[in-house]
Amino acid sequence: MPARDRKRDDWAAVLLQIAQDRDQKAFAEMFQHFAPRVKLFLIKSGASEPMAEECAQEVMVTLWHKAHLFDPDRASVATWIFTIARNRKVDMLRKQRRPEPEDLPWGPEPEPEQADVISRKQESSKLREALATLPASQRELVEAAYFGDLSHSEIVQKTGLPLGTIKSRLRLALEKLRHAMV
Amino acid sequence: MNSMTQVHHQVGDEILTDYAAGNLAEAFNLVVASHVSLCRDARHRLEQIEAVGGAILDQGHGFAMAPGSLEATLALIASPQPEETSVAPSRRCSVLPAPLQDYVGGCIDEVAWRPVGMGVKQAILPTSPEASVRLLYIPAGCKMPDHGHRGVEMTLVLQGAFLDGDDRFARGDIEVADADLTHTPVADLGEDCICLAATDAPLKFSGLMPRLAQPFLKI
Repeated sequence: MPARDRKRDDWAAVLLQIAQDRDQKAFAEMFQHFAPRVKLFLIKSGASEPMAEECAQEVMVTLWHKAHLFDPDRASVATWIFTIARNRKVDMLRKQRRPEPEDLPWGPEPEPEQADVISRKQESSKLREALATLPASQRELVEAAYFGDLSHSEIVQKTGLPLGTIKSRLRLALEKLRHAMV
Repeated sequence: MNSMTQVHHQVGDEILTDYAAGNLAEAFNLVVASHVSLCRDARHRLEQIEAVGGAILDQGHGFAMAPGSLEATLALIASPQPEETSVAPSRRCSVLPAPLQDYVGGCIDEVAWRPVGMGVKQAILPTSPEASVRLLYIPAGCKMPDHGHRGVEMTLVLQGAFLDGDDRFARGDIEVADADLTHTPVADLGEDCICLAATDAPLKFSGLMPRLAQPFLKI
């Protein structure tokens, strides 16, 4: 595995330094990696550049304050940050509350199994790999679905494909990604 | 945790992806959050879909932050935080999962029901205006008016069951209906049925009476 990837799988350890030691250097490292990615996610979701900048900073502030709630047993750090960014996006772009399922996914859980932590790491690198090897047309559809920057009818116009084809391609792509996680 | 039920009709990946990505109207978010609270399998799929979201976020290089952004963020961190409004842990309620209790402001006995005729009662919950969501109380065996849809309608069963054609929907089950479907749900005989129903368009009824009642029903 290339050094960079190994490091990226260790974000949980960096987050732990932030939670336990309030380590600003660790925070700077995470900021450098994630803040621009959160900013791009928000821009692609329809935020203006200054708004995305402000919200990306707020997401990173939340990361600092909620670092102790991160549970490596349940998700990768990137997934956790995705949910924070997503909630900020609902708040800011849609100006509405976001109801969360019962048993809030990020509350402290007793005793994360070490095996689960390891499989989360593997899952996350397999998923990155699977995403990178998707055909470009499928990857673009998956991204469009997450960013919400294209409604299905807009995809229809842009690609000239019938809606049924687009939906089945998207389903196929999600299926492939899910298999990567099993 | 609310008791998980054997759920036979789950929400599809497409809607779950929109929920995970924050692209649904609040009314639909509430139905999906409630469904996921009652269905272990849907929760698992949601976690997978969120993991894909994490991988999408993590790819590429992002969009450069403004100069001095890190320092500005550290200054935000150092500034006093607004008091976190801590949500009181939800009480056990055998009907309403936690996200719904937040909107009702309590358990099932605190729902402000309004009668809408033939023993049917409803309570509209406050959400953003693109779509509306209500709790419906349908006496056992009672037929809902035959209606088609102009938009999308999601119905989640919380108590009892309803039959729609050959399908039976019980606690935790969700039915998603779009413009193509005209259906006549009937509450099952065993027990009065309580549902959570969201729609992004006014329902259109086939019969004359319900159409007259529509402005009154606000659906």
